[in-house]
Amino acid sequence: MTAVISTGRPMLLSARRMHGRADLAAHRTVHGPCPRADLFEGGRLVATVAAAGLLGRGGGGFPVWAKLDAARRHRCGTVVVNAMEGEPASGKDAVLLLSAPHLVLEGAQLVAAISRARRVVACVASNRDDMATSLSAAMGERRVHAPSEVPVELVRPPGRYIAGEESALVGWLARGRGAPVFRPDKAVPLMLGRAAVVVHNPETLAQVALVARVLAAHPEDDPAGVGADVAARLTALVTVSGAVTRPGVVEVPLGTSVSSIIELAGPGEPASAALVGGFGGVWLGRDQMDVPYRAEELRAVGAAPGAGVLVALPETACGLAESARIASWMASESAGQCGPCLYGLPAVARDLSLLASGRPDPRLMDRLTGRLDIIEGRGGCRHPDGVVRMVRTALSVFRADVDRHLRGRPCRYAGTRLLTCIP
Amino acid sequence: MTLSVVVDPIRCDAFGYCAELLPERVRLDEWGYPVVDDMSVNGHLVDAAAAAARECPRRALLLVRTIERASPDEANKANEASEEGPR
Repeated sequence: MTAVISTGRPMLLSARRMHGRADLAAHRTVHGPCPRADLFEGGRLVATVAAAGLLGRGGGGFPVWAKLDAARRHRCGTVVVNAMEGEPASGKDAVLLLSAPHLVLEGAQLVAAISRARRVVACVASNRDDMATSLSAAMGERRVHAPSEVPVELVRPPGRYIAGEESALVGWLARGRGAPVFRPDKAVPLMLGRAAVVVHNPETLAQVALVARVLAAHPEDDPAGVGADVAARLTALVTVSGAVTRPGVVEVPLGTSVSSIIELAGPGEPASAALVGGFGGVWLGRDQMDVPYRAEELRAVGAAPGAGVLVALPETACGLAESARIASWMASESAGQCGPCLYGLPAVARDLSLLASGRPDPRLMDRLTGRLDIIEGRGGCRHPDGVVRMVRTALSVFRADVDRHLRGRPCRYAGTRLLTCIP
Repeated sequence: MTLSVVVDPIRCDAFGYCAELLPERVRLDEWGYPVVDDMSVNGHLVDAAAAAARECPRRALLLVRTIERASPDEANKANEASEEGPR
């Protein structure tokens, strides 16, 4: 799939368009050499990233400059590249590692330089040998051609959904146990050995590598100005699936409408709703789908970019049935550490399935909404909160279906082949 | 300075002692896990909260003290004043 909207500068997927996979030579042809980290004295790169308004692309959407600054202050010893991509509807991190691994590795080196980290650890799921092979090859090239870079190690944690959660990933690296850790105060950094550790999504790192090049091309300019220019041309990778003829990963300028992004993937039938962010994201109804795809505007409709996922739902599908399947899968992916998640999510999934199949009991809706309320905020990580959010928005967006199903008459499409790809 | 009760959901194994010892703040959901709507603890509740934290077999109930931090300027002034101190 190609991005058809060009911002006039090499973008994340430029190398994929031109070369398929960019080895080091092709990468340097497209993007130029990696700017040396010492060009960014006095926090210029962090300031530019701040002015660009770059947000993390792993799901949390946290301001990247704040994470870079915290890593510097905490003297992080390790930069972790979180390429686990456990989100089933997401393929962007795979596309990056397969086509532009050098952008990701350079971003990691830049972040390591900012925090004076002494090593990079790249995490690729144990069932993704394709991503590991591509990244390994790129690592090998850099060991030869960029020997002064901080050493990079590739590890292969088991690819469960929760394994990509930041604290779970560090937990696996530190203790061999990939389960989330209680973090009441996120200002306290995660630790790996005796030093702090910072975790970044591959797309975030690739964006940092692009920002660094823009800054290096304007060495005399104020970072605020350079950052504002970057902000105007920032792109995002989005994985589009569902009722589209060409599902896959596209690169779009921030601010493109959700419906336009779905168009890029060749709409099958017109989408009547869209799941935004991931399986723990938010359903938008047809009348909300003109919203610009950018954190600020999405927040106004209760949504967020999340893991860069868009699932388009056609008229001829049942949003409740899709949501019930998603909720069941998410329940099965619980780390099993916290009661509200371990017991609450399956209960919610069961009730949603009963509703979707038109077998409600009179107390179902009260029970379901009561459980959503009681589960929220009571897990050790945000996994249950995502499910709560997804189900709540499903009940709202598909309220006409809810009414029909409650009367014991499921919609015509409740039994049709399901669209969302559940592993 | 404020005191609050915080549940560590990962440690918690639904023993339920906290709901017994601090019913003013802790109730149990349908699966036996603690729900705390109002985390603040003061006055006569402090002892009960401390007991609940102590008795939890999993040490999953935390009694947290939040100290209002002075701004760096105020902290510096306070430090200078205390250095001059009584001689």
